[in-house]
Amino acid sequence: MSDSARDIFIVNESRRRFLEGMGGLALAVYAGVAPAEQNRATLSSGDKKPAEAVNFAPNAFVRIASDNTVTVVSKHLEMGQGTYTGLATLLAEELDADWEQVHVEGAPADVTRYKNSLLGIQATGGSTAMANSFEQMRSAGAAARAMLVAAAAQEWKVSRDSITVERGWLYAKGHKASFGQLAAKAAQQSVPQRVALKDPKDFKLIGKPALHRKDYADKTNGTAVFTQDYKLPDMLVAVAAHPKRFGAVPMKVNAEKARAVPNVVEVVQFSGDRTRFSGIAVLARNTWAARSGRDALEIDWDESQAFKLGSAEILAQYKDMASKAGLVARNEGDTDTAFAAHNVRLIEAEYELPYLAHAPMEPMNCLVQLREGGCEIWNGEQFQTGDQSAIAAMLKVPADRVALHQLYAGGSFGRRANPSSDYLLEAVSIAKAAWDKGVRVPIKLMWTREEDTRGGYYRPAFYHKAKLALDGDGKLVAWQHHVVAQSIIKGTSFESFAIKNGIDGLSVEGLADMAYEVPNLRVELTTPDNIRVPVLSWRSVGHSSNAFVSEVLVDEAAAAARRDPYQYRRDMLRQAPRLKAVLDLAATKAGWERPLKSGAAGEKRGRGIAVHEAFNTCVAQLAEVTVKSDGSFKVDRVVCAVDCGLAINPDVIVAQMQGGIGFGLAAALHGAITLKDGVVEQSNFHEYIPLRINEMPVVDVHIVPSAEKPTGVGETAVPVIAPAVVNALYNATGKRIRKLPIADQLSS
Amino acid sequence: MIQLNINGRVRSYEDVDPAMPLLWFLRDIANLTGTKYGCGMALCGACTVHLDGQAVRSCVTPVGAVVGKMVSTVEGVGDDKVGHAVQAAWQKLDVVQCGYCQSGQIMSATVLLHTNQNPSDAAIDVAMAGNVCRCGTYMRIRAAIHEAANSLSA
Repeated sequence: MSDSARDIFIVNESRRRFLEGMGGLALAVYAGVAPAEQNRATLSSGDKKPAEAVNFAPNAFVRIASDNTVTVVSKHLEMGQGTYTGLATLLAEELDADWEQVHVEGAPADVTRYKNSLLGIQATGGSTAMANSFEQMRSAGAAARAMLVAAAAQEWKVSRDSITVERGWLYAKGHKASFGQLAAKAAQQSVPQRVALKDPKDFKLIGKPALHRKDYADKTNGTAVFTQDYKLPDMLVAVAAHPKRFGAVPMKVNAEKARAVPNVVEVVQFSGDRTRFSGIAVLARNTWAARSGRDALEIDWDESQAFKLGSAEILAQYKDMASKAGLVARNEGDTDTAFAAHNVRLIEAEYELPYLAHAPMEPMNCLVQLREGGCEIWNGEQFQTGDQSAIAAMLKVPADRVALHQLYAGGSFGRRANPSSDYLLEAVSIAKAAWDKGVRVPIKLMWTREEDTRGGYYRPAFYHKAKLALDGDGKLVAWQHHVVAQSIIKGTSFESFAIKNGIDGLSVEGLADMAYEVPNLRVELTTPDNIRVPVLSWRSVGHSSNAFVSEVLVDEAAAAARRDPYQYRRDMLRQAPRLKAVLDLAATKAGWERPLKSGAAGEKRGRGIAVHEAFNTCVAQLAEVTVKSDGSFKVDRVVCAVDCGLAINPDVIVAQMQGGIGFGLAAALHGAITLKDGVVEQSNFHEYIPLRINEMPVVDVHIVPSAEKPTGVGETAVPVIAPAVVNALYNATGKRIRKLPIADQLSS
Repeated sequence: MIQLNINGRVRSYEDVDPAMPLLWFLRDIANLTGTKYGCGMALCGACTVHLDGQAVRSCVTPVGAVVGKMVSTVEGVGDDKVGHAVQAAWQKLDVVQCGYCQSGQIMSATVLLHTNQNPSDAAIDVAMAGNVCRCGTYMRIRAAIHEAANSLSA
C-alpha cells in the first residue's frame, strides 16, 4: 500500500467509526487524524473523542467512560455560535466534572430524545439552544452525578451525604475515586426520578469566563470535520448544474463532453419542484473532475414557467401594495385622528431592504448513502425533524429509516434550517437517480460558491412605508406603518404555527410588538404571493429588517423633535426596564455625555445609538463613525450592551456580540442580492461582498449581570448594528439613509 | 506521475491532472482536508497554504505548478515555530466560531509574522484582508496575531 493510499484508509476508517458512534450504531472509537508533528504536543489535543468503551450512559445527554472521559451529546448544531460549549457547561456544572475531561458530540436525529422544547421539533434556531436546554442539561448532569455518588456510597459503604464531588473526582473520608473508576458501578444504579439542581451561588463553570470553547483546538489544527471533509469509501462527488432562473427545467442535455472528462463516472438528471431546483448532476471521483464535467455540460433550459421579474419590478409592486390597505398586525389608539390634529408634525418615510444571502463560508453540501429501504445522511444538520421527514417522504420509507449524522457546520446563519430541505432533497434525488442507474455508492453533493449565492432562500426583500406624528412637545404620538415582504413560512408545513389571521408574525416581529410607548400605533402587513424567489430565515429573521427601520425612524423623530436620541428613546421605554438598562449601559460605557473626539481635517465624526429586543434578549449598540470628504467612511468603534439573562459562557456571549456585529455590518455596508429578469446578479464574493478585517470596528461588549433564565445570543446583536451605524452617519453628515445596503450612498 | 513535497514529506502520485487546483489535490487526493474551499476564485482565503513560505490561494494554483516547491498546510504549519505560536494564540484567545475559514487565517497570519515580527493593527488589516470570516472573528484575529507576536519575542 502506498503512503497516500494508507492515509486514505486511516482517514476514512477513523471518521467512519466516529460517526457510527454519533449515530448510536456502535460505541464511539475515534482515533482522529494523528498529528505527526512533534511540537504539536504542546498544543491542546482539544476535543478528542474517548478511546475506551462506554460504561455509563444514564440518559441521552451524557456518557462516562472508564478512561474518565465525559461525553456530552449535543442536540443542537454547532455552527459557530458556541452551542457545544454552552450545553457542555450546563451538564458539567451539575455533574461537577473537570472541564478538560468533557467532550462533545452531535446527537443523531431522534425527536423523541432530542426535541427542542421551545420549537416542538428537533432543530436549532430562534436563539433557543440555551433557553430550552438550561434545565434539561443540568438535570442530566445532576442525575449522572447522583448515580456516581450512589455507586461510591455502595462501594465505600458510606452514606451518600458524606461524599463530595469535585472536578471529576468523588471523595469521602479515606476514599477517593475518579468518574471513570466508578462508571461501571454507577451504570448499575437506578436513574433518579428527581434531582436537585445547584443554587446559582455554587456555580463553578456557569458564568465563568475562563472556560475554553470545546471546539477551539480541532478548528485550529485542521482536524475539525465538516460535511465538506467527510469521506466514505467509494464516495463520488456530485456537482450540479442549476438553472439561472427559479422554476426553469432542463429541456435538452448534451453530456458527451462531461462524460469525456477523466474520473467522471455518471451524469444524472434530477427533478425539483416549486421549492427546489431541477438540474443535471455530474458524478466523479474527485471534486475537480465533477466540477469540470459540470462546466462541460450543454443544457437548453425550458424557461416557460420560470420567474422572470427583476428587483426593480418587485420593488414597484411592493410600493403599489403599500399604497393600499394591508392586514392589520397591531392597532392601538387611532392613528388617523392623531394625524389630523392641528398641532402635529408629520414624518413620512419609505425604507427599502434587499434580499440577502446567508453566504456561510462552507457552501451547502450533503453526503448521502442510500440503502434498500432507507438512507444515511451526513450534514451540518440544523433541522433534523423537518429534513428527516422530507427525505423519508421522498424515498417513501418510514422516518426512522433516515439516519442523520451530525457534523460541524461551517456557518449557517439560518441557511441550513429550511422547511423545504432544499439541498438535502437535491442530494437525495441525485443519489436516487444514480442508484437507478446502478451507481449505488455514497454521493456527496457539493454546491460551488456560485450555486450557494444563486441558490435562493434569501432573507426577504422588505419595503416599509411609515408615517409618524410628533406633538407640540416633540413627543411621538402616532406611528402608522406598512410592511411589504414575502413570508418565509407560508406554504411550508410550519405555516399554521407562525401565521395567524393571515399575518406572518415573523414579517412584523420587532415592529408590531415594539416596546416604545406610542399611544396611536398601527402596523399593517402585505404578503405578496406572486414572487417566486425562495426566502428563508436569516440570522435574526424579521428583526433584521424591522429593527433597522424602527430604530432609524425613532432617530428621525428625535431629530425632528431636536432631542437627544438616547434620552428620546429612554423616555419612551418607561415600561421596558431591561431595554432601558442596556441603553443606559451602552451610553454610559461609550461616554455619551462627553462630546465625541473630532476627526482629522476634512473628516466628520458621528455617533448613533440603537436598542432592540429579540428572542427575549435586549441589546443596545452605540456606533462611532468617521466620514471622509469623499463620502467613504469607517465604523471605528461599537459599544454593545446585552441582557441575555444569566450569562452561561460570558466569553461566548462576547464573541457572539462581536461576530453578530460583524455579520450585521457586512449586510449594512454591502449586502444585496438583486435580480435582473429573474436572474440573480451576484455569484461570488466579488459581487456579494463580505465584511473584511479592515472594516471591522473595535467592539466593546458589556453584559448586564442577571440571575434570570438565559435567553438567546446567536442572533441578537445582528439587527442592532445597521440602525446604530445609519444613525451615526446622520449624526456625522446630516444625511439620512433609508435604503440598505449603505454602499456608496454618502458619496453620491 | 508527479512528486510533491507537502509538509516536509515527499511523495509520488500517479494519474494526477496537473491542471487540478492544489486545493482539490490536497483535499481529495492527499486527504489533507484542513485546507478549505470557500470561493474557488482567490476571493476568500479559506484555501490559503504556503508555497516556499509564501501564502498562496490553493484554489487557483494548479498542482502541476508546485512541483519542486515546498507546500505547507494547516496540518503541518505547527512544525514551524511561528505557525505553532499562531495556533497557540488562536487557542488561547478562543478565536474560532464556525472554524471553516480559520485554517486559511492561520496560514496567512503565519506568513505575516514571518515578514513582520511586530505588526500594527493597520499592517494586520492589510495582510489579512484577503481572508474572509463570515462569523466576524476579526477582532480576535487581530488580538491573536499580537499575542503570537508577543509570545515569539518573549
